[in-house]
This record gives sequence, structure tokens and C-alpha cells, in this order.
Amino acid sequence: MLSFIARRTAAGAVLLFVISFLSYTLLSIPDTDVGRQLLGQGASQDLVDARNAALGLDRPTAVQYADWLAHAVRGDFGTSWFSGENVMRAIANRLPVTISLMVGVTLVTAVLAFGLGVWAGVRRGAVDRFVQVFAVVGYALPAFLVTLVIVLVFAVHLRWFPAIGYVGLTESFTGWLSTVTLPVVSLAVVSVAGVAQQVRGSVIDVMRQDYVRTLRARGLPPWRIILRHVVRNASAPALAVLGMQFVGMLGGAVLVEQIFGLPGIGSMTVNYTTRGDIPVIMALVMVSVTVVIVINLVVDILIGWLNPKARIA
Amino acid sequence: MSESTPAALPSAPGPVRRAGAARLLLAHPLGLVSAIVLAAVVAGVLLAPVLSPQDPDVSNLRDAFGGPAAGHPLGFDSAGRDILTRLLHGGRNTLGGAVIALAVALALGVPSGLLAGYRGGRFDSAAGWVVNLVMALPAMVVLLASRAILGPTVWVLMVVLGFLVAPVFFRLVRGIVANVRNELYVDAAKVSGLRDRRIVARHVLIVVRAPIIIQVALVSGIAVGLQAGLEFLGIGSGDTPTWGAMLNEAFKNIQRAPLLMLWPGLALGLTNGALVLLAAALRDVLEDRGAAPAVRRRRAPAPEAPRGTDGTPAGAGGRARLLSVRDLAVSYALPGGGEREVVHGVDLDVRAGEIVGLVGESGSGKTQTAFSILGILPEGGRVSRGSITVEGQEIVGMPERRHRALRGDVVAYVPQEPMSNLDPAFTVGSQLVEPMRCKLGISRAEATRRALDLLSLVEIADPRRTFGSYPHEISGGMAQRVLIAGAMSCDPRLLIADEPTTALDVMVQAEVLGLLRRLQRERGLGVLLVTHNLGVVADLCDRVAVMKQGRIVETGTAEQVLHAPGDPYTQRLLGAVLDDVPARGPWRPSNAEVS
Repeated sequence: MLSFIARRTAAGAVLLFVISFLSYTLLSIPDTDVGRQLLGQGASQDLVDARNAALGLDRPTAVQYADWLAHAVRGDFGTSWFSGENVMRAIANRLPVTISLMVGVTLVTAVLAFGLGVWAGVRRGAVDRFVQVFAVVGYALPAFLVTLVIVLVFAVHLRWFPAIGYVGLTESFTGWLSTVTLPVVSLAVVSVAGVAQQVRGSVIDVMRQDYVRTLRARGLPPWRIILRHVVRNASAPALAVLGMQFVGMLGGAVLVEQIFGLPGIGSMTVNYTTRGDIPVIMALVMVSVTVVIVINLVVDILIGWLNPKARIA
Repeated sequence: MSESTPAALPSAPGPVRRAGAARLLLAHPLGLVSAIVLAAVVAGVLLAPVLSPQDPDVSNLRDAFGGPAAGHPLGFDSAGRDILTRLLHGGRNTLGGAVIALAVALALGVPSGLLAGYRGGRFDSAAGWVVNLVMALPAMVVLLASRAILGPTVWVLMVVLGFLVAPVFFRLVRGIVANVRNELYVDAAKVSGLRDRRIVARHVLIVVRAPIIIQVALVSGIAVGLQAGLEFLGIGSGDTPTWGAMLNEAFKNIQRAPLLMLWPGLALGLTNGALVLLAAALRDVLEDRGAAPAVRRRRAPAPEAPRGTDGTPAGAGGRARLLSVRDLAVSYALPGGGEREVVHGVDLDVRAGEIVGLVGESGSGKTQTAFSILGILPEGGRVSRGSITVEGQEIVGMPERRHRALRGDVVAYVPQEPMSNLDPAFTVGSQLVEPMRCKLGISRAEATRRALDLLSLVEIADPRRTFGSYPHEISGGMAQRVLIAGAMSCDPRLLIADEPTTALDVMVQAEVLGLLRRLQRERGLGVLLVTHNLGVVADLCDRVAVMKQGRIVETGTAEQVLHAPGDPYTQRLLGAVLDDVPARGPWRPSNAEVS
């Protein structure tokens, strides 16, 4: 187990390195005159050059990258070119917003999707048809369209929740809850649909397995067979999908944070990447790729725990 | 990541002729509706210059937020531009972008997937690594960063999106091809000297075609959604009309004119919905599992009363107390409604301390009869007629809760295939302990002690180690012993063994049969032994019932049936065995108990 985690962590580090190199190289291609952009058209060329030199932009790309890497491995991602903010601090300020969003969605998804999926797979009939229609709708509609409709109905029309803004968890719990509810619901619609469909499918598969019949022949009550044996065996593929949804949610969070005006990583991505602020973009790419790597590792460990056959010694 | 693509992996893609597939698709209600919607959208978008009332960029601020007017059926947006015009022209850009992304993804993903799947080896592992790398990239962040590099041209961003989506096709194609590569017909083609290129073209492409078409429909939906999402964020190129940009503009005016969202939202929703439904319909048609309607759950009609010869319920006289089956019929619900009877009036008795063989070829209804006694018929099946008594209690029509109480305690089951009958997620021990705790209400410690005893009872050398093992860590013969131990765990009086040795190799078969014989003797069990192996019958059984096409054709003592068969079917069955296999000598207890 430990060696498995160690191997995966090493592979993740290699992946991060390759991605950081590719991103930095690609981002440096446009050769934007950052100094000129910062100082405006009126500034003299000397001033612009001095500014570029201060930012280290007069050096070759390879040197810039090596310098960036040397700092990055120590957790120092430098300062934003355009706002002068410390990148790590800016991200640390915004990460809790995005994390609370994603954890909320994951919890809602896990509970609802497993509940609905197991119910549909076991009972079939009307619940089953509902889950299938819901899955198609959830899969068909882009998350941001769902979000727009939800804003329109619950914030603009019914006025149950604020349309935009964010209140920190530490400031006021109710305030936090009311600003986070709609974003979480918006993202959850899509992921619940996807995961519930997968849970339903695997539950139906597992219910047909020989060992379920044998357990029935042993005289165990149905609920016990379902809760202990069927759910556990059906969970592994569903977890894989949940993991993928979580990765997809990084993209969804960009749109949802923008729509609700949440000061998270997603809205930061929109604001900084479009300006080509390399230190910020690099940090954001590293953070998101790390999240993806960690999620995949956690999912694989959980699947191994659920399914002894997949366990890696 | 695991290798599963949730929406995509087909179970058995069957090649379907193309013309037939198109016709089938249009006959499929969902397929027809979504095809019509998509055709309408595509036509509207292609004919935008002809259909739209004016140029997309003409704006008249006096008309801003104006409702429908003559020649402008959908009204005006916040800049006083005609909504219908913007919608039609916007569709060109949105759908066009999706087509580009799709084309790039297909061009990259399919050939590399074919190569990796067919050749395997170094290219496969290299491609797999790249794919994992791409899949670790958060698409939205990459697209936004690409905009910083490549400028605000949506078309170029769609090429990037194509790169990001390509792994979907790669994994799909690679998975299928890697499976097909080892199929017999591909081997046959190789042996007959066909060249790789020809094999791929003739045999492999056919198999991946249907899944690719389905996946194209799904991925188009994703591409359209992402394209619109990017435009919605304002990444697009200025004033170019797109559905996403229209939604963005509508969102800015959400308080003032919430209805602006209606048309672009509807266009986007309908297009995507149609694509996903089309994918579902295509899957039904191309993978030929359209007619798989869920069997409707309904209350099983009460079985008809047993048909006694004299009109009274089959007389209690002559019925064995332990197990007695009279006139049992089993029916399965048909997908189109109605039922098909597969067992037609079986009579069977098992007395305490005797082994009765139920013999017949596969499909003769032996297993259905056994499942009826246990009350574990698969979904859609039911006892439609007759009577089954266990220890004098009628179980046909008995409430499930009471019937369940008999299972394990009175009637126990030893299945055919040992490995698939143990839950892979739990240790052997916990699968033995759980039913005992549940049925006998004993403590975990007590159940553990009994489970270890049972494991030594079934002649497992190291009970403690087996107790802690997972099913995949033990052999088939060991697993069958575990299942026998499980069946014996609650001291049943009747054991139903369904082909208990068929899946085992010959040495282990003899051992398991010896074990069954010993347990039966020691505990005075009644055993119903379902088998197609007449050698086993000769070894073990006191009496035999021969079954053919859902009916019992002959019953009698083992000696009688094996030496002087009355029914021509039994004679043929015996003939088939004796012709090519030397008859086995009589069963000798010492033989089996040594091992």
C-alpha cells in the first residue's frame, strides 16, 4: 500500500514536471511586451526595458523556466505581473471558496446519486425511468445553462437566495449557506445525473451475479444483501465516475463562480489567464493538476479498499 | 484511473448493415424525434443567410429589448439587434466550432487507438502515458490559458478542445480493439495469411464503428456545451454572434429582461438534448439491445391449484415429508407481455437421508426446478402452478418472509460455479459468519468458532488461513468446499446441489463428491443432486428422476434407471455416456475419504 502510494506520488510529480515545462514553454511563445502593457503607450522604451528586466523577462525562456521551477518546488510561485500580488497568497485566499463548493457538491452527489441509483436499480419501475430521464437531461444540458435557469428561477424570480456574492464560513454560517446553496445545486444537478446512472447500471449488474442468488439462498434478508453486498460491489465503478465528475467540476466551477460572482479559483482563472499573467496561470495549472492527481489517487485507493482483487500489494 | 468510460463501453457491438441501421434509427421513436430536431437545427443554421430577416450586426437602439414585431418574430436584444438573425448566425459559429473540435478529436484519437489496441507494445504504453497526461489537464483552465497564447479566436480554441477530447476516442477504440485482437476470427484471418492492414479494415473497423458513432453524438454535445461556455465567459471574438455570447448578454440583463435567455438557452438545450437522445437511440439500434424492456414488476398471479387426478389437491399420501413437488410449472414473463412456461408439471420427492439425482441435458428445466424449491427464481420467473412442500409446509404462495426463514435453516443450496458464487469483496470468513449471525442469532465470536469448525469439516487443511482469504485467493475446489460449508452452516435438513462438481477438475470432483456423501451420511441429510453426469448418479444417488424439456420422463431407483431404463430418452442418455467413456466402478467410500 505504502509503496503503491509512493509510486503514484512519484508518477504524479513527473506528470507535474512535464506539464509545467510544456505550459511554460507554450505560454512564452506569444512574446508579449509585458513592460509596455503595464506602463502604457506613453512610457519611454528605457522605462519599459527596465520594467521587463525587473520582472526577469529579458532572459531566455529556458532560464526563466529554470528560475520559476527552482522557486516553485519551494512553494514560491512569485508575484503576479499585473497586480503585483503574491500568487500563493492570492490562491490561498481563494481556494477555500472553491474547495467548499466542490466538497459540498461531492457530498450532495455521493448521497443523492447513490440513493437514487440504488433505488432505481433495485426497484426498477417508475423510479428507474425517472433516474434515466434525469440522467439524460443532466448529461445533455451544459452546466452553465442549468445554472442560468436556476439563477433565473430561485434568485431573480423567487428571490430565495442572493444572485451573486459570497460570505465566508467564518463570518456567518447562514450567510455562507445562502450564498453557497445555489452554486452547489447548479453543479450537483449534472454530477448527480451522471453518477446515479452509473450506480443504477452497476447495481443491476451486481443483482444478477451468482453470489447474490447464493446469499438469497442462505436466507439473508434482501435489505442486508443490498446494503452490504450489492452496494459495496457496485460502488467501485461509480467511484471512478465520481472522480471524473470531480475533475470535470474544476471546469464547471469556473463558469459557476463567474455567474455567482464567487471569489474562488475559478473566477481567478478567468480574470488572470485572459491577460497572459504567466506566474498566476502556472500556479493555477499546477494547483488544478495536483487536485486531479490527488483525486485519482484517492479514488484508486478507495476502489482497492472496496474490491480486494484490484488491491495492489 | 480505471479503464471504464461510463457512457461508452458497449457490451457486444454487433455489426449492423448501414442502410438497415438508418432505417431502424428512424423507426426508433427517440431516434426519429432527435434526428428531426437536429436536422431542423442544422438546416436553419446552414440557411441562416436566406432565413434571417436582416444582417446579424444591424442594430437599432430604438428597438432595444423590443418584443416581437412584424418581420422580427423573436424580438430584439439589448442592442436592438434581431434575435432570430443572431440565433441562426450564432448557431453557425457554435456548431461549426463543435464540428472542428470533433474532427480534430477523431483524427487524433481513432487512428492512434487502433494502432495502440492492435499492436500493443511500446506505442501502446507511450500513447497511454500521453493520454493520462492530457486527461489530468483541467479542460477549462487549458482553454483559457490557450486563449492567452493563441489569441481570442474561437476556431483555434476549438482545435485545442479537439486535442483535449481526443483521449475519449483513443480509450474507446483502444479498449475494443485490444479485446478483438485476441478473438478467434482475427486469429483465423492472421493464420490464413491476411495482412494487418486488411484485417484491420475488414474485421476490426466494423467492430469499432458503432461505438464510435455513438460516442460522436455524445462528444458533439460536450463540444457544443463547452464552446457555448467559453463564449459565455466572454472569451469569444467580440461581436461575432454565438449562442454562448447571446446567453452572456442575456445574463448581463437578467434583472431587466430575463426572457432574453429563452431563445439561445432553448437552442442550446434542444441541440444538446437531441444529440444525447440520438446517442441513446443509436446505442439501442447499433448495439441491438433496443428491445430490452425492463420486466415490469407486478404482483405474481397466484399459482393455479395443484391438479390431482381426482380433482382433489394431490393426495398427502405418497408425498415425502422432507420435500415433495407436485405438478410444478415455472413460467417466465415475455418482453412483449404474456408468459412462457419452461417447466411443465414436475413431480419429485426427497426423503430424509436419501440422495435423489435430477438428471437431464442442459435446458431441460433441472435448475429451474431447483430454484423454485429455494424460492430464488431469477427476475421475471415464477411458479405458475403446482405445490412444493418442505417438511410438510406448502411454500408455493407462502409469504416471502416465512419462505426466507426456511432458506439456510431447512433448505440449503450448493451452486454450480464456485468462484462466481462467493462475493469477491468479502473474506471467506465473513461470508460464513454473516448468515450464521443472521439466521441463528449468535455472537460474532461464536459464529467465527463455528465457521472454523465448518471449514475443517469440509476438509480444508488450514481453516484459519482460508477464513481470512478473499475468494480470488483460493482455488476452485477450495471455493466449492467453502460453499458446502456455507450451506451446512445452519444445519439444514435438505441440501439442493446444482451441478456441484461440473466446474471442478476430475480429481477435485471425486473429493467433493466424497465430501457430500460423508456429510449426507453423518447428518442424515436429504439431497437433491442436479446433474447431467450419469457417472455421478451411479456413484451417489439412491433414486433418479430423468428430466427432458421441462418434464420428468422417468423416475426410479438408481439401479433400475441405470440398468433397465424404460424411457427411450433415458436409454439414449445412457448410450451417449457408455459409448465413449468407460463406465466407472461402483463408489467406494475408502476412495474418497483418503483424500
